[in-house]
Amino acid sequence: MSQEIIEVTEETAQQGVSRRNFIKGAIAASAAVSSTNYLFRSNGGTVLAQTPAAGAVERLITVNVNGRSRRIEVPPMETVATTLRYKLGLTGTKIGCDRAECGACTVLVDGVPHYGCSLLTHSVRGREVTTIEGLEAEDGTLHPMQQAVLEEQGFQCAFCMSGFIMNSVALLNDNQSPTRKQAAEWLSGNLCRCADYDKILTSVMRAAEITRGA
Amino acid sequence: MADYKLLGKNYRTPDLYAKVTGRSKYAEDHRAEGMVFAKLLVSPMPHARVRSADTSAAEALPGVLGVLTPDDLPDEVEAPNEAALTWEPKYEGEPIIAVAAVNEQIASDAIELINLDLEPLPFVLDPLESLRPDSPNARTDGNTTVGREIATIKWSASDLAGLASGEIPMEAEAAAEWSYGDLEAGFAEADVIVEEHSYNQSTSHQPLESRTTMAYWEGGKLYVYPSVQSTARSVGPMARWAGIEPSNVVLINEFTGGGFGGKISGYVHAQIPILLSKKISRPVMMRISRREENAIGRARPGVQARIRLGMRSDGRITALDVHGVGEQGPYGRSGDNMNVAGIGSLCYQPLACRMRGTNVYTNTPPKGPQRAPGGVQSNTMLEPIIQKAAKQLGLDQVEVHKINAPEGQAKFGAPGRDGEQGNVSSAFAREAIDKGAELFNWTERKARSGQRNGSKVTGIGMSLAAYSAGASGVDGLFVLRPDGRLYIQSGVGNLGTGSTFDTMRTAAEGLDMPWDKCEVAWGDSSKHLPWSCSQGGSSTTHAHTRANWAAVEDAVQKIKEIAAGDLGGEADDYEIGGERVYRSGNRSQGLSFARVAQRAIDLGGKFDGHELPEDINGMTTASATALAGQGLMGVAKDNYAEGGRRMSFVAGYAEVEVDIETGNIRLVDYAAGSDAGTILHPKTYGAQIFGGAIQGFSVALSSKWVYDRRWGLAVAKRFYSNRPPGILDVPHEQPMKWANADLPDPFNPLGAKGIGEAAQGAGSASVASAIADALESLGEGNGDFHRTPVTRDMILTKLEQAPIGHDRLTAHV
Repeated sequence: MSQEIIEVTEETAQQGVSRRNFIKGAIAASAAVSSTNYLFRSNGGTVLAQTPAAGAVERLITVNVNGRSRRIEVPPMETVATTLRYKLGLTGTKIGCDRAECGACTVLVDGVPHYGCSLLTHSVRGREVTTIEGLEAEDGTLHPMQQAVLEEQGFQCAFCMSGFIMNSVALLNDNQSPTRKQAAEWLSGNLCRCADYDKILTSVMRAAEITRGA
Repeated sequence: MADYKLLGKNYRTPDLYAKVTGRSKYAEDHRAEGMVFAKLLVSPMPHARVRSADTSAAEALPGVLGVLTPDDLPDEVEAPNEAALTWEPKYEGEPIIAVAAVNEQIASDAIELINLDLEPLPFVLDPLESLRPDSPNARTDGNTTVGREIATIKWSASDLAGLASGEIPMEAEAAAEWSYGDLEAGFAEADVIVEEHSYNQSTSHQPLESRTTMAYWEGGKLYVYPSVQSTARSVGPMARWAGIEPSNVVLINEFTGGGFGGKISGYVHAQIPILLSKKISRPVMMRISRREENAIGRARPGVQARIRLGMRSDGRITALDVHGVGEQGPYGRSGDNMNVAGIGSLCYQPLACRMRGTNVYTNTPPKGPQRAPGGVQSNTMLEPIIQKAAKQLGLDQVEVHKINAPEGQAKFGAPGRDGEQGNVSSAFAREAIDKGAELFNWTERKARSGQRNGSKVTGIGMSLAAYSAGASGVDGLFVLRPDGRLYIQSGVGNLGTGSTFDTMRTAAEGLDMPWDKCEVAWGDSSKHLPWSCSQGGSSTTHAHTRANWAAVEDAVQKIKEIAAGDLGGEADDYEIGGERVYRSGNRSQGLSFARVAQRAIDLGGKFDGHELPEDINGMTTASATALAGQGLMGVAKDNYAEGGRRMSFVAGYAEVEVDIETGNIRLVDYAAGSDAGTILHPKTYGAQIFGGAIQGFSVALSSKWVYDRRWGLAVAKRFYSNRPPGILDVPHEQPMKWANADLPDPFNPLGAKGIGEAAQGAGSASVASAIADALESLGEGNGDFHRTPVTRDMILTKLEQAPIGHDRLTAHV
């Protein structure tokens, strides 16, 4: 919290709120005036062509995204979710909390589900990142999990959907015959605020059926 | 139930493919050439006055394009409404100044350079605190509203004399009051009277998509990409915030990531990117963080109440007396607290009822409607009291609800000016109770109440919930074109509940069109959409089946007239079916719909939309005028008889397992029976029943705000500390079950009512009831929580009979 922001006066001090105490209290309550949460430091990107932020050192790295090798300039603190959304135009990956609480940003890295909001892009150099946009085959054939959601009318607002689908894809790669309980445990790191969990699990069960049948 | 070709059948909504492939665009997914980013400087204090703000260093930072302060807002808003930015923040996290920069890092750096001189002002977090003598007010102009006026209510020392701390004086001054029947006689007739204090915590909406908004101006028009619950109803507010005519607003929002009542017709903070983009002549994206959403996103008002309920030995509820105090936050007006008896009087039909209450301003985030406003609080607070009375009389909870259930056009709520209560359009509550009891196997399950399994105790509970289920008076609009396809216009908005599309199938059903020959236009005000209800308050299903049916009747008449004109005879000689109009009894003598559409264009006038009904909304007139000449137009206002307020009913049934060693509550099973008339789409219907119930589970079990009382600052402001239920928190090993009474509402041409609202109170109240049932089996009084959410520490404290450390009604602990 920046010290310039609060200036406590004689009157307020008399009311028992000294500047020092207020700041202590604010820290204790984990409040802060700063806006520097949930921001991205995009610069020199291909989508937005922003000017670089002062002091940020960009590096050109290669990441394989949805089967294509992508050369991107990335500052050290940029997350995978930001890179996908603001450098590569892949907005199917959503940012719901930006703090690894909701799972909306889940993507696969070498087949393993990760929260894209909490993974630095530099850490996936040379690795394979798969997003919701990468599930569809070239001929338009959908992944069994996508197909199952269509059949079951899964999800409501669907802001959480791509995260759930990516995590379910990882589940089905691991286990083609999960029980509802196993699927629920696997998906427990994803939040659906519309709480459409019943249809989500039914979709996963259907996707497993399609996968086994294929 | 009528035999429909489309209604009542499962199908794939037309928005789903874009969602599963990641092509759907939510507010933050839009881009515009030259787009820059806004960040907010928000208040670090619960109540303060900004004495001075120096933005010069921020503005001088390279990359900063401009700032927006409260001085840049065109008009001062009328109290108690809120402004987008303010020099007198009244809650922690309230926006003061916005900065636009080429990226968010620079915008944030600039915010750190703003020198703000704040004078802390007195603040109050707990409504009861503000009603005590000599206590602070959250607003400098008062602590409540009486009628439309801001006022101050303070209880006197004598009101509170004789009461323990944390008790509400039943007869002390209240901002509002209504009653019906003879309350004294009602209590005199009762064989059991239960009197309790109860507290239902404020819970935030927390849609997964925050209220992010992007805006730009082009050719004098505003293009705004918000996250709202209505396309048609958000255009007006956006225009007002922009200071322009609605016809100059293009609002694009095809996919909304949840709202639950918090984004109904927009939100005032959309004004920030709207005005910033105008000021700096660049598109502005204002991303709202989870923490910001927790502050500026809405929340359900908490309610603290004293409740007295009388029940006769036969189970009939003879009297209900409630004094309810609501928590409003610092802005606006809500009636949630008054709904405790409002909804109570509907669900339980007490012979006499009185509701007194005051909605109090606090320095916590602003409150607004959340899924069944006041209804969830009512059902959750009253159910354990009804259950307690029933137990004392040795009566079965289900039987008690059936005895008291409303039926037909039941009356409820506050009497109107004429002294008469309003009534519902239909109530098949008993049928809903029976459906649920059968699914849940209530009688057998009930025997498991109090069963021990090691340290775990089983509890069985149920509830009957009700809430509004439909608006009326909106417009239907579609065009049958010469390509043989039906183009249906929807201004509803798209939260993914399905009703946006489900109700458009009414038009296809009425014209006997195959659904794959129908297109729905939605989510973009430039697509010529009709005046529609918002996708809130479970309005849509009822409102837009009515409106589209009215348009169907209009279109069918026009189609028959065209056939009669071309083929002879009278319009009444014709009927429609199989994408044709034909002479009754002679299918070969007729015209294809494609031909009819072409003939409508040839004929012009009313047939193709060049002449329009006079009673449709101006927005519909403008849209229909733009679509005129493209084919045969169906356009009409819903003028069907109303018959009363549309209300739907859900009976929720829950089994829980409470671990008395850890305090953990496991929800074992949940089932629901409902009365919502004709079901349009079973899969989306079930999603409302369960989604609503699960949001109710969080009211009963997990969602609450906790405040640092000394500094007035929130300590629970993220998902992990104010947690919505996750997938493991709900019954998941088997699919949950629901059943509907399937009795059509007589005041809807298709019998349909909405369902989303009532579903939530059923979930929260049945779980609260099941927890009380489990703990009551361990000893009398152990189930007396009368506070939600019920958390582990509360259970352990209760069983240990340890002091709870605060008054029974203390807020935000």
